[in-house]
Amino acid sequence: MNPVSSNSPHISVALIGNPNSGKSTLFNSLTGLNQKTGNYAGVTVDKHYGSYKFKGTDYQITDLPGTYSLYPKSIDEKVACKAILNEKDPIDVVIIVVDSSNLKRHLLLTTQVIDLKKPCVLVLNMIDEAEKSNITIYKNELEKLFDVPVIAVNSRSKQGIHELKEAIIQAKISDSIFYNFEKQKQLLPDSNSYKKIVESQFLENTSGIKEFELADNIHRFSKINYIVAKCLKQPEQLDKSLTQKLDAFFTHKIFGFAFFFFILFVIFQFIFFVAEYPMTLIEEGFAQMMNFTANALPKGQLNDLIVNGILAGLSGIVIFIPQIALLFLFIAILEDTGYMARASFILDKLMRRFGLNGKSVIPMISSVACAVPSIMSTRTITNWKDRIITILVTPLISCSARLPVYTLLISIMFAGKQSLGFFNYQGMVLMGMYLLGFAAALLAAVVLKYVLKTTEKSYFIMELPVYRKPQWQTVTMLVLGKVKVFLFDAGKIILAISIVLWFLTSHAPSDNLNQIENNYKVAISAAPNDSLKTSLEAKMQSEKLEASYAGILGKKMEPAIKPLGFDWKIGIALITSFAAREVFVGTMATIYSSGDSDNTETLREKLMAEKNYETQQPAYSKAVCWSLLIFYVFAMQCMSTLATTYRETKHWKWPAIQLVFMTGLAYVSSLLVFQILS
Amino acid sequence: MQTLDTLTLGQTATIIDFTDDFLSLKFIEMGCLPGEKIKLSNIAPLGDPIAIEVSGYLLSLRKKEAATIVVKVIPENTVESCVI
Repeated sequence: MNPVSSNSPHISVALIGNPNSGKSTLFNSLTGLNQKTGNYAGVTVDKHYGSYKFKGTDYQITDLPGTYSLYPKSIDEKVACKAILNEKDPIDVVIIVVDSSNLKRHLLLTTQVIDLKKPCVLVLNMIDEAEKSNITIYKNELEKLFDVPVIAVNSRSKQGIHELKEAIIQAKISDSIFYNFEKQKQLLPDSNSYKKIVESQFLENTSGIKEFELADNIHRFSKINYIVAKCLKQPEQLDKSLTQKLDAFFTHKIFGFAFFFFILFVIFQFIFFVAEYPMTLIEEGFAQMMNFTANALPKGQLNDLIVNGILAGLSGIVIFIPQIALLFLFIAILEDTGYMARASFILDKLMRRFGLNGKSVIPMISSVACAVPSIMSTRTITNWKDRIITILVTPLISCSARLPVYTLLISIMFAGKQSLGFFNYQGMVLMGMYLLGFAAALLAAVVLKYVLKTTEKSYFIMELPVYRKPQWQTVTMLVLGKVKVFLFDAGKIILAISIVLWFLTSHAPSDNLNQIENNYKVAISAAPNDSLKTSLEAKMQSEKLEASYAGILGKKMEPAIKPLGFDWKIGIALITSFAAREVFVGTMATIYSSGDSDNTETLREKLMAEKNYETQQPAYSKAVCWSLLIFYVFAMQCMSTLATTYRETKHWKWPAIQLVFMTGLAYVSSLLVFQILS
Repeated sequence: MQTLDTLTLGQTATIIDFTDDFLSLKFIEMGCLPGEKIKLSNIAPLGDPIAIEVSGYLLSLRKKEAATIVVKVIPENTVESCVI
């Protein structure tokens, strides 16, 4: 049958196959750079689609999530299964991708898809690897038994891609039938085709389907055994020595863990230190752009919105790209080589105690740099509950944005203190804060393990794929895809919140801000030297911030945060640092009009000299500093993390839970600390 | 009745039956069928999970899950060739 109807604008093709069948590499070979990442409605599974033109016709390709069968056991598998059945947006041709060196298991899905009676092509992928292992597949025999075109492809060298494109034109509905007809009549009498059986899984009354599935798959494998006997010739003992040798090392009691910690160390170095260079460049670039725009456009509200609202917001989004790109570069390589499955294998027992997964370790460690790329990287965790727990607890780990806040507060607390012999107080407290973050994350994970309910059955039945060289094209496409998804999905939310925060800090009821400006105008222009001028300007900014909506909110908040030892000035900084924690330092510098926010030395002195306006005691006492420090360890003071959590869970419920539980934990802990210490 | 979790490293066995309905469905689609030969090829450093060789590839699973697979050990001298 020719699937091309004369008036259809393009032919819709879907790639289906088991995980590790080399599907993505084939997808990249077919589409090249013509691909996009989107979402399937209502779920957090990424949709990869692209297009190519062949002999004057447009082809739309969708790379479906990997699945072992059409009886889905996970969300990913359900998505693949539903997409192939979809009648609103029907697929014209299905390409079934199998790993040529592991034919038997991969043929289960093949027989199921053929039974759906859609035009199909079977791709024997990674044929080069099979040939290397002395496996011979009789293609013509397979073609006869399956009654669909069979194409051998080496998607790395692009060998067979042209033939595949030809075959897609000739794709046909097979006349072969593989499903267990007897059992269908007995158990599912209403479903008179295999497609109806598969569809009936998604209906309410699915009695008999599990029984049928068991009988059907066993029936299929008996047929597959016959097919394999006819079409496959392979040595009695497959040469697995390379995988065995590498496994002996990577899963070794000592070397296995040592290598894993080495990998963690390298990733950490890259996203913590190497990423700093491009991040500084981005920051400086945006600062220049903001400066230029501020001067180029006429002064006024619009200028301020563009510069301090939109450009500042964009800068806050783009700044994440280096860390996201670097983290995903490593993750893509680790996944592509087959190492990630081994890391999961050696860590599973340890992490399971905390309700986490072997694959939770990399996101959690990366979180020391930043929670945003870490939350995005939880995609590798296939179990829903393990993934949600990892996402929820990851932001408790102290990220690099907390460091400036910690440093400022600790330097106030231990100003002039001698070190205790070999140890330095400040360093010890700093380390303590990081350990506290880790401990809180693990503890929260244990609690969530018992609290969260799930309908998805949890298991750890996972293939350990053979080791392969990483595919640079696949790695690059993954990194680019992740960066794009962050920019456009999470970026939108971050930009919106930045504009709200800009409005709060730059607007005030009635004409208050203009009045302050007018009050200072004369004094500033009359200032005899630059240093007086700068200090007057700083004072003006401080007064303006106090008069703004953010200032008013800070004052309104005071009764709520007073039990923690915080005054309204800290209140304002809590509001503005919702954009990012390190903003706390900048806001405090503005409030205390200490001028340049890069120079925290003057700010520290001002804070230490500050007296509480009611008690006349030092405002930044030990108790206040400890309380504030603990608050920043736990509190969810980061809009970008919340936006990313929303993007990765597709539900506002999860960022809301994150916000409430973390801020609640911060509030209670700070309350206890302050009340005990003061 | 012996189950998969009790095998020693390198031991080969034949799958006889499953004791968990949901897991049996998963195992079968992963190629672990009754009658199939398997070999315990790796144990994680902390003793759990384990990895078995089945139908030409490596499958890892937790001991708790392995305990739902009933097996019959193949005595070592009768193993002519390894599982493919």
